[in-house]
Amino acid sequence: MSVVEREMETTARVERPWMDPRDLWTEALAGVLARPVRSALTTLGTVLGITTLVITIGVASTAGNQIVGRFDALTATSVTVTVPEPLPGAEDAGPLVPWSGTDAVARLAGVESVAALADSDATDSVLVRANDVTAPGDLSGQTLAVVAASAGLPAAVHGRMTAGRFYDAGDIARRDHVVVLGDQAAQILGIKRVEDAPAVFFRGQSYTVIGILGGIRREARLSTAVLVPPTTAADRIGLRNVTRVLVNTALGAAKQVARQAPIALAPGHQDSLAVVAPPDLSKARAGVQNDANSLFLVLGLVSLVVGAIGIANVTLVTVMERVGEIGLRRSLGASRRQVAGQFLLESTTIGLLGGVVGAALGIAVVVCVAVAKEWTPVLDLRLALGAPLAGALVGLLAGLYPSLRAARMEPVDALRAPS
Amino acid sequence: MIPGPELDSAAPGTAIGTTIDTVIQLTGVERTFPSDPPVHALRDVHLTVRRGEHLAIVGPSGSGKSTLLNTLGLLDRPTAGSYLLDGVETTGLGDLERTSLRGSRIGFVFQSFHLLPYRTVDENVMLAEAYRRPRPGRGRGGRLARAHQALEQVGLGHRVGFRPDRLSGGERQRVAIARALLSDPALLLCDEPTGNLDTENTLSVLELFDDLCGQGMTLVVITHDDAVSRRAGRRVRITDGHLAEEAK
Repeated sequence: MSVVEREMETTARVERPWMDPRDLWTEALAGVLARPVRSALTTLGTVLGITTLVITIGVASTAGNQIVGRFDALTATSVTVTVPEPLPGAEDAGPLVPWSGTDAVARLAGVESVAALADSDATDSVLVRANDVTAPGDLSGQTLAVVAASAGLPAAVHGRMTAGRFYDAGDIARRDHVVVLGDQAAQILGIKRVEDAPAVFFRGQSYTVIGILGGIRREARLSTAVLVPPTTAADRIGLRNVTRVLVNTALGAAKQVARQAPIALAPGHQDSLAVVAPPDLSKARAGVQNDANSLFLVLGLVSLVVGAIGIANVTLVTVMERVGEIGLRRSLGASRRQVAGQFLLESTTIGLLGGVVGAALGIAVVVCVAVAKEWTPVLDLRLALGAPLAGALVGLLAGLYPSLRAARMEPVDALRAPS
Repeated sequence: MIPGPELDSAAPGTAIGTTIDTVIQLTGVERTFPSDPPVHALRDVHLTVRRGEHLAIVGPSGSGKSTLLNTLGLLDRPTAGSYLLDGVETTGLGDLERTSLRGSRIGFVFQSFHLLPYRTVDENVMLAEAYRRPRPGRGRGGRLARAHQALEQVGLGHRVGFRPDRLSGGERQRVAIARALLSDPALLLCDEPTGNLDTENTLSVLELFDDLCGQGMTLVVITHDDAVSRRAGRRVRITDGHLAEEAK
């Protein structure tokens, strides 16, 4: 090799400092583990801050879910339209809501079932008997409510026929003298089966019982009622006007249906109808989470800042203790950036450690609280994964200044320090 | 095989005559610290060290010994003059290149050993390769084997896995020498290598130096200990920043 060749080669060989990421990680980890107790104590602030944050957010969302859970699917999909009594003198103008109004509501998007009811104070307690024979000393009958209802009622109250059938459009059109009993009413009257066409008597007239409606989950009072086809009720007991319309919607459609149903029922008079719709769930949830714990959130953030200061402080002390080591690394060819990178990675690791421990503790506390209160713990995956990252970020920020100090040291001065 | 002692007092421009056998070539190097009055730590220093040479630099404290060491070790920049290390002109290089050159060409041996107390002996030795791109055939995977080899070379094969605090002073210094050897440097730069050692340990380190010299390693030892400097093939004395060759 000629002199020139060697010179060219050596000049070309002046490379830039380079470090395998695995080596950087090894060095940083060894630095953290060199003083395990100190590192553990240093993480405390971050642990505290992350734990507080995770508990605050976790308990808030768990409790929020709990409150929302009370608005179960049934409530969330139930819309009730109440029709006012016709004004005195306006009775002749015709009903505000016709029985056929349910068909209009049923056509609305998001409506799953709908039924109209008619009741009145006069028919709220009617003496009903299961037979026409009056025996001395015997109970002369039961006081039950008589309610007129459209044929869609079983679906609208989420009930099912425990015996027989509900009256249908044919029964209504023929004005048949038939009734369906709520299951409680049937029990009170001693009617268990409908195959032999039992009869009930009230207001001096007889009706054939064609079915028993049980399992009522909405308008539970109907289980003690006698249900009469609307036409029959209008003819015989004077129940003409629809007083309530029960609507069941698809999940999430309640708000829209509540807005549209009155218009469908009484075009032009929709404002005189009162609508009961479930509260907006998303607002309820947000409300709970918001007011719950802004104070604790602030507390958690303050702890995090304190944790960051702690990490910064200890890392700075560590840097000052390891001046000799910094000098040595520089003499071995470490660039300023590599020295800074190592200390930055050490503080980030400490922060990450605090974040992981804090997240684990926080989640454990949330689960314990949920168990104690018999709630379902709700854990946002973003929270579980984000908390350690937040810890690492705290460590990274805290390490900036100490790392800068380490990088700025002159190797000559640093090597004078004892190692 | 060691070339004859030679104090290069030729005028600047001799660099052209530099051969591949020249590891260090200082030409007219000055180092002045700006204070009031300015301190002239090095004045017109000329020095050539050839490959395989064992050079001792002696001098009282405050004579400029440390400044010379820092200059040779690329830890400090001369105010004037030129410094060729292993054929590379260093005075014009930036911080990064000097750092890299320092890591790859110079093995440092310090008075206080500078071993990381929390790492094992092998990890301390392996640190020498952490800060640069692996050379061909010297990948990361073979680093531990090379560290063991270097420890064998300094006679510490039986101390693998130990922490430095369980070793004697002489053993610690030999670990530091193994670390310096790992990067296969052009030059071993030793700063009072026996300053913290008792007579017995000093002897073991000096014997190691003789061995290394026999293997062709270039050694520059800065010391004020006569026992150490007597071992060197060549001795220069620094007084008030002036360098002068000493007859053996």
